[in-house]
Amino acid sequence: MVSRTLGTRMPIKVKFFASLREQMSNPATEVDSNAVKTVADVWEKATPKPMPPHVLCSVNLEHAEPSQAVNDGDEVAFFPPITGG
Amino acid sequence: MPIAIEPQSFNPSEAQAQFEASLVKGSYGASANFIGTMRDFNEGDDVVAMELEHYPGMTEKELHAIINDAKSRWDIIDALIVHRVGKIDTGEPIVLTVVCSAHRAAAFDACRFLMEALKSRAPFWKKETLSDGSQRWVEKNTPG
Repeated sequence: MVSRTLGTRMPIKVKFFASLREQMSNPATEVDSNAVKTVADVWEKATPKPMPPHVLCSVNLEHAEPSQAVNDGDEVAFFPPITGG
Repeated sequence: MPIAIEPQSFNPSEAQAQFEASLVKGSYGASANFIGTMRDFNEGDDVVAMELEHYPGMTEKELHAIINDAKSRWDIIDALIVHRVGKIDTGEPIVLTVVCSAHRAAAFDACRFLMEALKSRAPFWKKETLSDGSQRWVEKNTPG
């Protein structure tokens, strides 16, 4: 079998916070970057649960939309609406 | 552009004094601050304690970005944001924002901006403990 890439592929790190973290059996996990193109794809690979409405997302510590593209080694996080201050 | 995530209770007056001492004396004529304190009620229920979670790395990055945005919008000397995380008891300070500027308008306006931006952009989440011992995540911020 011929490798699709010359370099080593890095998995995408996935994190959940607050109420989402409590609902997940694996609040910190990884997904194969070959299998996903967008943030929404990452959710689908990370958990069988449907993405709840109003979930916020980030990629590499910056706010992102579910449609945003993801790359090797990215850190993707999902969390409920922010309630600080 | 100082920011601080505080896992322990902090004294807002001391934090502000320390921040202002780091600025050049005479460089600002106005200081505005906002202190958010933990209430013992929310949504009609008695609240006895709260746990504040954050996203280490992203929260700090977002707080710095908020201060940068304030600096680009108003003529301010500098700003401070201190925010608690962890277990908080009623009456304890949760957040402090301070803005120093030459004149009061920029200080007032930028200080309000810091708070409103923080509440919508900086990843913090509150979990309340009610007087009956039950816990619940706060689902939305109260309107200003």
